[in-house]
Amino acid sequence: MVDNNMITRSRSQWRRHSVFPYINGAAMILLMFVTLYPVINTIAISFNDGTDAVRGGIGLWPRVFSMKAYETIFVDEAIYNAFFITISRTVVQTILNVVITSMLAYALSRKRYILRKFITTAFVLTMYINAGLIPNYLLIQRTLGLGKSFWAYIIPTMISCFNMIVIRTYILNLPDALVESAYIDGAGDFYLFWRIIFPLCMPVVATVALFVAVGAWNSWFDTHLYNAGKVHLHTLQYLLKMKLATTFNSANAAMTSTEAASSTTLTTPVTIRAAITVVSSAPIVVIYPFLQRYFVVGLSVGSVKG
Amino acid sequence: MHTVKTASVSKPRPSAYRHSFWKQLLQQRQLVWMSVPMLLYIFLFNYFPLWGWITAFMNYKPAVPLMENEWVGMNNFIWLFERPEFIRAIRNTFAMAAINLVFGFVFPILLALFLNEIRSTRFKRSVQTVTYLPHFLSWVIVVGIAQTIFASDGAVNKLLLSLGLVKNPVFFLGEGKYFWWLVGVINVWKECGWNTIIYLAAMSAIDPALYESAEIDGAGRFKKMLHIALPGIKSTFMVLLIMNIGHLLEAGFEIQYLMGQNVVMDWSQTIDIFSLKYGITKGQYSRAIAAGIFKTVVSIALMLGANMAAKRMGEDTLL
Repeated sequence: MVDNNMITRSRSQWRRHSVFPYINGAAMILLMFVTLYPVINTIAISFNDGTDAVRGGIGLWPRVFSMKAYETIFVDEAIYNAFFITISRTVVQTILNVVITSMLAYALSRKRYILRKFITTAFVLTMYINAGLIPNYLLIQRTLGLGKSFWAYIIPTMISCFNMIVIRTYILNLPDALVESAYIDGAGDFYLFWRIIFPLCMPVVATVALFVAVGAWNSWFDTHLYNAGKVHLHTLQYLLKMKLATTFNSANAAMTSTEAASSTTLTTPVTIRAAITVVSSAPIVVIYPFLQRYFVVGLSVGSVKG
Repeated sequence: MHTVKTASVSKPRPSAYRHSFWKQLLQQRQLVWMSVPMLLYIFLFNYFPLWGWITAFMNYKPAVPLMENEWVGMNNFIWLFERPEFIRAIRNTFAMAAINLVFGFVFPILLALFLNEIRSTRFKRSVQTVTYLPHFLSWVIVVGIAQTIFASDGAVNKLLLSLGLVKNPVFFLGEGKYFWWLVGVINVWKECGWNTIIYLAAMSAIDPALYESAEIDGAGRFKKMLHIALPGIKSTFMVLLIMNIGHLLEAGFEIQYLMGQNVVMDWSQTIDIFSLKYGITKGQYSRAIAAGIFKTVVSIALMLGANMAAKRMGEDTLL
């Protein structure tokens, strides 16, 4: 009995002076290093001299400093156009998607709404029933004729079901009295949504806006499918993708004929690839830490039950 | 007697109910305007394309009016399953999906458990901010970076050589046998930090009294992780698990498409890429759509199966 107590005490004392926090901290620092190394490496390559970079072996700092890669990419007009297209699609898609999705989320959060169950089920099912790539392609390209236009980026992406559910959960957690008293006073639903609910939903709306904006900014596949032949509609990521393809393998497994035609046999210098990578990801990487507070709250409240 | 009376008052007669449905709809017209256009929208973009599934049973030519195409029954499906290329695509899809599923739960949960132990809010926040970063990078960028890091003269090979673990550089990108694991590792790098958000939120909802009483009972750090933190995230985990099993076959299209070069195609081609290749590049729409149908049907079966299993085990379910 006495022995036992002593063991417990010595154990708890050991715990008080535990090395665990230090090991844990060191592991976290290693994790941050592993996460950041590839990113910093890319930045270092982008600021390195082109011919020197071919030798490889650049670590966290440029070996022969040069701004040449950036000068080269900003001479090419294609990148300005790609920036313009990417920014326009991100802004238009985000605004439309957020307003439409949250309006729908509001309607489906009203318990008195008689079509609530039917419409909710119709939306939830779309998360699992997917016609597949080709039928969707045929719809957008042939039936609707959206190919070769800016609208191919906007129209198919106006509502996202998952985000609707996240916003709806958030609205359902708001106190009922807010809406009900205004409703009894005769306020319409558009008024209630726009003046009362939407402003209260800012944390979750900011989260969803961030999701949509990041998705829009990073997308390249819709350009590849619908606008590969239209150079003035190419997005930044698509531009980068083509530069990467020329370096690595121009005979990609499932390359479309339009792409095969547009990809040249010329290889893009590693420094230029790195510079485009930095330029095309910088806006998001700079912005997201400031939104961290919002998306952590929005994601937590929206997805954890209760 | 009393209960019967209230029930009869609150339940309108059928005819009155039908009448009041349209009346109510008229009263709720603002809500209708806020939702019915969106309903029509998803009917067009999500349900209408299902109609295209019938072409899987035809020898579909886009130039010919839809219903005048030749019907071929199950021939397209038989053709698919007689092709080793398609069987390999199924194998690759499942293998990478399984690796992503396991890695996608194990690493974020471990990271969340250890992040939860950090006392300094500032340090914890910095680790979080840094590990969220790759989530915001596009797959184009991530694949570009991976091709630099895993190249034969890249950072990973240098590390392995300097540690003496290998004698010659490993061709990670050029050999099929590495492809699945490469996809798994890159996915962890990209999404691990991001996926901790939800677990950390669930852990922060755990009653601190549980930790205190466990401490009084003499539970150590690891005991508390095992018996308090882990059970605390169990229901979140179950919901995510069922959802991820339903989306198992979606597990990656972009990375395989961007990273899969010809030399590794036998290991990198997934059902989606197969479908894309036959549908859009080769114009064999019927076969490509048949492959897509197979994928959707398997996905739904997996989701229902997971949901049923969870129900049988008495867990929270999705449906």
